[in-house]
Parts: sequence; C-alpha cells; structure tokens
Amino acid sequence: MRVSTAWLSEWVETGWDTARLAHRLTMAGFEVEAIEAAAPPFDGVLVARIVRSEPHPDADKLSVCTVDHGGAETVQVVCGASNARAGLTVALATAGASLPGGLVIRQARLRGVESSGMLCSARELGLGEGHEGILELPDELVPGTALRQALGLDDTLLELNLTPNRGDALSMAGVARELSAISGAPLKKLEIAPVIAAIPDRFEVRLLAPEACPRFAGRVIRDIRPDAVSPLWMVERLRRAGLRSISPVVDVTNYVMLELGQPMHAYDLRRLKSRIDVRHARAGERLELLDGKEVALEPDVLVIADAASAIGIAGVMGGEKSGIADDTSDVFLEVAFFNPAAIAGRARRFGMHTDASQRFERGVDPRLQERAIERATGLLLEIAGGRAGPVVLTEEPGHLPARPGIQLDPAHVARLLGLRIPRAEIESILRRLGMQVAGAGDVLGVIPPSHRFDLSIPQDLIEEVARIHGYDEIPQSDALVPQIPLPASEHFVRRDRAAALLADRGYQEAINYSFVDASLQRAFDPDGELLTLANPISEDMTAMRRSLLPGLARVLGENVRRQQDRVRLFELGTRFLWNDGALEERLSLAGLAWGLAVPEQWGSERRQVDFFDVKGDLEALLSLAAADGSVAFAPASLPCMHPGKCARVSIDGRPVGWIGEMHPKLSKSLELKIAPIMFEIDYESSFSSEVVVYKEISRFPAIRRDLAVVLDERVTLNQLRESVSVSAGGTLKELRIFDVYRGSGVEPGRKSVALGLILQETSRTLTDADADAVVAAVVARVTQDHKATIRD
Amino acid sequence: MQDLDSLTRDLLDAIDACSDLASLESVRVGALGKKGRITEQLKLLGKLAPDERREAGALINRAKQRITEAIEARRSALEQLAVERDLAAGAIDVTLPGRGERQGGLHPVTRTRLRIEEIFRQAGFRVEEGPEVEDDFHNFEALNIPADHPARAMHDTFYFPDGRLLRTHTSPVQIRAMQSQQMPMRIIAPGRVYRCDSDMTHTPMFHQVEGLVVDENISFANLKAVLAHFVEQFFERPRALRFRPSYFPFTEPSAEVDIQCVFCDGEGCRVCKQTGWLEVLGCGMVHPNVLSACGVDPDRWQGYAFGMGIDRMAMLRYSVNDLRLFFENDLRFLRQFNRG
Repeated sequence: MRVSTAWLSEWVETGWDTARLAHRLTMAGFEVEAIEAAAPPFDGVLVARIVRSEPHPDADKLSVCTVDHGGAETVQVVCGASNARAGLTVALATAGASLPGGLVIRQARLRGVESSGMLCSARELGLGEGHEGILELPDELVPGTALRQALGLDDTLLELNLTPNRGDALSMAGVARELSAISGAPLKKLEIAPVIAAIPDRFEVRLLAPEACPRFAGRVIRDIRPDAVSPLWMVERLRRAGLRSISPVVDVTNYVMLELGQPMHAYDLRRLKSRIDVRHARAGERLELLDGKEVALEPDVLVIADAASAIGIAGVMGGEKSGIADDTSDVFLEVAFFNPAAIAGRARRFGMHTDASQRFERGVDPRLQERAIERATGLLLEIAGGRAGPVVLTEEPGHLPARPGIQLDPAHVARLLGLRIPRAEIESILRRLGMQVAGAGDVLGVIPPSHRFDLSIPQDLIEEVARIHGYDEIPQSDALVPQIPLPASEHFVRRDRAAALLADRGYQEAINYSFVDASLQRAFDPDGELLTLANPISEDMTAMRRSLLPGLARVLGENVRRQQDRVRLFELGTRFLWNDGALEERLSLAGLAWGLAVPEQWGSERRQVDFFDVKGDLEALLSLAAADGSVAFAPASLPCMHPGKCARVSIDGRPVGWIGEMHPKLSKSLELKIAPIMFEIDYESSFSSEVVVYKEISRFPAIRRDLAVVLDERVTLNQLRESVSVSAGGTLKELRIFDVYRGSGVEPGRKSVALGLILQETSRTLTDADADAVVAAVVARVTQDHKATIRD
Repeated sequence: MQDLDSLTRDLLDAIDACSDLASLESVRVGALGKKGRITEQLKLLGKLAPDERREAGALINRAKQRITEAIEARRSALEQLAVERDLAAGAIDVTLPGRGERQGGLHPVTRTRLRIEEIFRQAGFRVEEGPEVEDDFHNFEALNIPADHPARAMHDTFYFPDGRLLRTHTSPVQIRAMQSQQMPMRIIAPGRVYRCDSDMTHTPMFHQVEGLVVDENISFANLKAVLAHFVEQFFERPRALRFRPSYFPFTEPSAEVDIQCVFCDGEGCRVCKQTGWLEVLGCGMVHPNVLSACGVDPDRWQGYAFGMGIDRMAMLRYSVNDLRLFFENDLRFLRQFNRG
C-alpha cells in the first residue's frame, strides 16, 4: 500500500523525518519497501490562467494563448493542446523551467510566433498518464502560485509491504493507529458528522447467508449531478495511492476505502430490481463483471443479488449491469461486513485481485460500516449534490465475529522471548494497540479491538508486545545443548564423498530442474509412465523426471553448443518413479562423459572416451561401498543405449543401475556428433556399506604366472573369469587382465586374453610345482569350458 | 729396469691422464695387477740381501700406496663426472604442462549446502530430508495454512492432477520429523523446493534450508543467537543482524532477518539497494497450532524455526549476480567453483 506522509501527518504527528518514520514502521513489521516523491522534481512551473486563446496564423493545430501567471503582464504561449481555452486554469512552465526528465523550457518562436513557456500535460509533470491535453487545474487556485506548493507535491510516498495478517492496516486510519502505538503520539480522530436524511427512500436488503454477511448498511441517495467532477485534492490523494479518478461516486467510495479501510459499492438505483439479497450463488449462475468478464459461479461464492439475478460477487467485484453509468443520478450505497472466510480465495479463483477483496479476505472492522457510509454520503453530497435517505442497517449480530478475551501471563512472555518485559510495559503496549486490558493477579485479561482479526492466542499478543517493544531489545543468548553426539555412520557412503570422487575424476556436478520435457523423457524411456504437472510453468517442463540422464544429455548439448569439446557431468538428485498410481522417489546418481578420454595434452594418446573409461570411473565409485568382486556388469539392453554397449550393473546380484553408450539414434536426435557414455545408479542400493573387518595379510611371497588364452569372441570375460576362479581355487589371490588382442596370429572370430594369475597361500610359501599345478588346472578347465587354446 | 721414483711418477701421470673408468682400470692393472709393474718390483725383492730387502720393500710399499690412493681419488672424481653427465643429459623442460585428468567439482549450490549443513551439524543439528512430492496436509494444513488462507497466494504451487503438489518449502520435513520423533529436537532440512514462478530473480525450482529446534524453554533470544553465529561462520566474519517483525502462518512471533550487506559492509551499494541490509532469512517461534498438528503438546514444548534460500546464500557468498546461472549448468560457470 502507498501512503502519503503528508496525509498521514494529518492523523498523527510524530515529528519524525521520512527516514526515521520509514525505519520505525519497518522495525515494527510494516516494511517500507520504497520511498518515493509524490511528484518527480521540477521547478519554474506556476499556476496560470488562459485569458485568451486564438488560432495560430500559420499552423492548424496550434493556438496562441495569452496567459495570466500572476505577474504584472500576461505572457504569450503557443500551445498544441485541443483543450486550451480561455478561462482554463493551467500549469505554465515558464522560460527557464526544468521539467522531469531534464527538459529545460526556453523562450522560443514556434512557426514565427513568440512563445514564453509551455502549458503542461499531466504526463509532462510526472503527475499521471494524461497526455490528451493540458492539465486542467481547479479554478480556486491562484495564478502565480508555484504548482508544487499549490498541489502539495513536495509529499513523500511510502510503499508499505503489509503482511497478510494485517488487513486492518490497509487504510490511512489503520497505518495511523499503528504509528500512534509505535510512537506514542496521539491519534487525531476524524470527526464524521452524520448526514440527516432528506428523503425517506429506503431499499430492502435481506441477509440470506448471515454467517457470511451479518451486517449491511445501505442508503439511497437521489439527484446527484452526473456532470460533477471530483475535486483535485481527492484526485491527487487517489493518484498518490495508485488509483485513477473515474467519477465522483466511484472516487468517493475509493477514497473512503483508502481513508478508513472499508470497501463499499455504489449501484445505479434504476438498475436494481425490487430488493437486495446477500446469498450464496446458485449452481450454474453466471455473472458479467464490471471489467466485462463473464464468470460461472459456484454455491460457495457469496453474491449480491437483486430480485432478478446476481449483480456482484460479494466483497470482490460488482456486476456490469448495475454499475454506475455516465448519467447515473440515483445511487444505492452498499457498506457491508463480510466474513473473511466467505471471501478468502474467491478473488484468486476468478483471477481478480481487487482492493475490496484484499481487504475483506483479511478482515474489515465489523463496527466500521455506519461511520464509513456517513463519511461517503457527506463527501458525495459535497461534490455532486443530491439528497440522502436514511442509513438502513441490516444486521444479524449473532454472526458477527466474536473477540473472546485472551489470558496473557507475563511469565509466558519472558519464556517465549527470552526477555523479561515489565508487566506495566506489556499493559501499556497492549493498550496503545487498542486492546482492553484487565486483570488482577498474575495474568492479564486482554480483549483485542474489533479491527484486529489476527489476535486469538497468547502468542499473538506476545508478538505484539515484542514488536512494539522492539525485536532489537531481545538479547542473543545461547541455548544450553545436551552433549549428545550426532550420528557418524559407516554404514553408508556420504553423498559428498561420492560426489568428491567423481569430481576428482574430472566430472562436474550439474543441477537440473526435476521436471523435464516429456518428449525428451520418452526418448530415453518410451514405456515409463510419466507423472505430469497439472499446471506446468512451460511446455518443456511438464513431467517429473524418471531418470537424471535426459537432463544431463540436454546440458551436454548446451555445453557443446557453447564450444566445449570435452564434457563430463554428474548429478545427484531425485527420480520420480510413477507406476500404476504409486509414486516412489529415489535418490539417483548419474553421469556422462563425452569427448576425449583425457584432456588434450602432449605425450598422451588422443582418443575418444569409451565405455571402459567410464566403467572404470563407475567401478571406482562403487568400490567406495561394494566389497571386492561383488560388482557385476552384465550385457543388457535399454532403449536409450547402444544395444551392444550397455550393461546392467549389480552388486551381490542386486541390480543397482546401468551403464552404456547412448543409442546412435538418440544422440543424432540430440544433435550430438559423438554419443556420450552414460551411467545411472540408485544411490541407496549402491552405497550401503558394511564396516570393514580386517583380514590377515599373508607373510609368504606370491607367485605370478601369465597365460594367454585364445577363445571365441562370444565368450565374455565374466565366463572366462568364472572358469579360472573355479579351477584355480583359493590360491588365486588376484586375476589381472593385461591384454586383449585380436589380429595377426589369432584366427578371425577369436581373441587372445592375457591373464596374470597372482597366487599366494596364507600358511606357507608356494613352490614352483604348486604354481605349475594351478596353471595346469586352469588350462585344462578353460580348454574344456571354452574350447580355448593357449598361446605361447 | 726403471728406477722406482721415475716409475711412480709415470704411473701417477698416467692416472691423472685417465678420462674414463675403463682406462683407469687398465692403468691399475698395469701397475698393481698380477703382472703389474709395481707387483714386478715386489717380486724382485726376494733376490736382494735381507738388509737391502727391508729398505727397498718399504720404499716399494710406499710407492704402491701412493698409486692406490691416486687411483681411488681418480676413480671417485671420474664417477662424479659420470653422474653429472648423466644428470645433465636427463634434464627436462619443467615448464611443460603436467599430464592427466582435469579436476572437476561440485556445483556451487551443493558446496553452499554442504557448508551450511556442516556449520549447523557442529552446533548439534541433525540433517533431515523428506519427499519432494507432498500432500496438502504436510505442505500447508499442518503449517497452519488452511485452504483459502491469503498466505497461499505467496506460494505459487505446482499441483498434480490427483491434488498432490511439489513442496513449496522444506517445512513438510519438519512436520514429518515432529510426527515421528521424540522431543526435544534440533534439525535442519535442506532440499529442493518448487514454486510456479520464473523471472530475473525466481526459478521454478530452488533450494532451501530450514531449521527447527523444539525444547521446553527454547526462546526467541536463542533463535537470535544461533542465527548470528551461523551468519558469522558462513561469511567468515561477524555481520550485524536485523530482526524485523513479519508474518508467517507457522510462526508466532515471526521475523524477517536482514544481515549487514556483505558487499559494502552496510555503507550502501547496488546489491543492497543502498539500504546497507540484505534480506536473507525468515524465522520465528513455532506456532502452537503447528505443534498440535504434529501431536506435540504446545503447553510443554516450544521452539523456533527458520528458513533461507541456499541459492541466495550462494549468490551472496560467491558474488553471483543472476540466480538463473545456477541452473544453466554452463561449464565455464561451474568450473569457477572447483577451487577450495
């Protein structure tokens, strides 16, 4: 809300300068987000009056005005505005004046005619958007007066960011009330004289949903002048609050809302049928709103209706057909109290956030209606004439919000805040905030004022006390903490450890949104069910990711487009597995590598990263938790992977993830010239670990025997390893694969695998004879199992 | 036969003249080997009379010793030369770049999250996590935000067709922790959160860390202290804190916390919009309705809660001026955070 400090000072005089005022409001919870001047800087602009206006001899659209600017002689000004006419009071930028935006006005000749200044539009002075013609000032202003002074433009506006619990402060009166409590300066109450009824006319109001609308003040006003205009002071106050002037009736209702905080609505009496019913909408009922939009209503929406149909959404917006028109002379004023619960959320549902709904859903003082209707009547009669009927109050007091007393123990204040505030200070603060405070003994009985909807429990009052006393006054004190250590488990690998390992192997961590482009996700996983958002923010973020790989692939593509020639990425985040209506969130670790195997460097082979480079990284990663020999890779197929270069990864027979080269079709569709190698593993199943148990180190020397086994291409290393392990028995400590060879000396379709057998016993020194025996057993076995031959 | 003195001189000259170990060895054999010239001299001693023999023997042995020492000295000098020559030949250009893998690194948001976790762990906070797809109860109802509450407008929520939603804050983790664990409790809940909002300063996904401490006498004064300690450790220098009254449905009293600007130390700059303050945190004392919703007796237990944006903290810590950079994953951006 925008608050004019000049207007505010009419309510409460603190003697504070703007900076201090803003600081104190901010520190009491009324955050001042911005401080702005009511008008941008300009000078040399005077109130003036056009004495005579004649057409320019040489230009159709210009006129030559003789202008009285309070000096001994008039001046001549050439003007292009169509509304420049004799008798009009205007803003004259004299020669030498500087206007907002740095424009300096000079004596000039326009088409041969001398011009001593410029007549200004509202926009040229930064006073509004109006630029159709020059600014029309009220006739009571005296020519020669500086415009800034005449319009009180040296005012400062505070942009208050009010929290949603403080609907009571969405008005001048509300901010002033608060400021008075903060500063201790007295609140000057606005005297409102009731307008005596001049005519007997009444209009019937029925409260058919009294729990939603328990109070309704109505009044008929006849014979207002449709051609009346709002006074400049009111237009200026509305402008400074961010509202446009529309017509006297609308301006008055808006003004009283700004002043007192009571939204109200004016109907064209001719267009109301028989009576007003405040009721819930009927199913299927429709309504055309003031802004021209037609909406379908539901039964939980409170409406104002006449005998025929709904004419407005209560507390939100009026309807088109009953609104004030240019020729309206008889009006019916509605000043109601709606229960916040009956209004809350409705405006949002219809996509309308109005000044009225903002106040009603936060709570309007249920005792304000008569004051507000008298104030509005008084102002309207003053501006537009007319004769008022009596105020008719329709009320269901049983449904008005109750303000039950709250028991407040000063010891509770101390316990919650960690600061002992004297009881007298607590009482004083609560009273300054308009509360009734009573109570002998230890506990205070507190009744909040009718305008506060946010006070119902002791903690609410403690906040009030704390914020007026000052949060700054609360000390910092360290809590006493029991000496109970936090867990330091060795049963899983910490995420930062796994991430650090990948980082140390050249991978860069990425963070992607959890929602992805559904078609990209499908390209990776055509059969996976997608969990899609009902209200995605954009077309390419509709589905929750089932895998981290689509996101990483997209980031790869973007980095390649940014001319990166070698990319290694990983991400650690949640996958959303949505299957048959059941959702499982799994923490996942995925990575990909693309480009050279090692960064381009001297003395090192230049080749593209391949499956086995990344497999090495993955093995290192899994070795953080998995015991030697427990990790297995088995040929597999996955839609996103190259069918011959993809493996299922498992630990102790439990599948934990996948590794493979991206399917060439997919990499082509992603515009990647080379396919990346990718892996994705489930975090929890991969990184559960067991505490290490030390195993005896053999004191006896090991013997190494090398063996080149030639076998069919189709025999996997896993199969070969199995045969070797079984035949070598426990003496085999380690099996190294130190070469895989194809070519000269090996028949086509076969390969030579060089094995290094590390043999060792824990209880004795192995002899050559022992080693020979093991080798012989291995040779026999692989020959039998795989039709292998041994190469010399 | 050459006399001993001249023989010794010749041999010593020959030793000096040796330029490598092989020629030195042949000189040695020529002098002291089985048929060496000094050895020959010794063999001739037997033919002398006994008193001549003693005198001559002493002379020959002295000469033999001189020659032996000279050979050893020469050998050591030649070996030293050989080592130096080898070393000189093995010199490399040490300014050539080293080989191997290039260092990768963690995302700056992860880095920041880990630091925040570490600081709070050391203050006795346990790290808790929870689901990102939540239900209305855990994300709103239990936090004292009923349907149609104006505060819901502050959370532009992503919904799924079945009514579930993406959590708008990590507060549901607090709710789940209070429902399932015994009091007292001291936790932080970091994680991804989602709001249907995207512009210069908002991304539809971002990261938050929230803290919750519930005990019998935990006070606002304790909250002020823990946040001041945290901010000092996070920025590695003391920062003034400013607690401003605010409103959150789940805390009462509530506060927003500004810290003294980390760029201008409060002098006023572009980042703090000349105010000298940066808003970084929301906090307050847990609303009794929240405790009740979790089955915690609000007459016995009270506590504080706070929340902050991890991305925002990372921006302040590393002078990153655009939130969106964190989610573009440009390697040129990410690699800047690989140090330290």
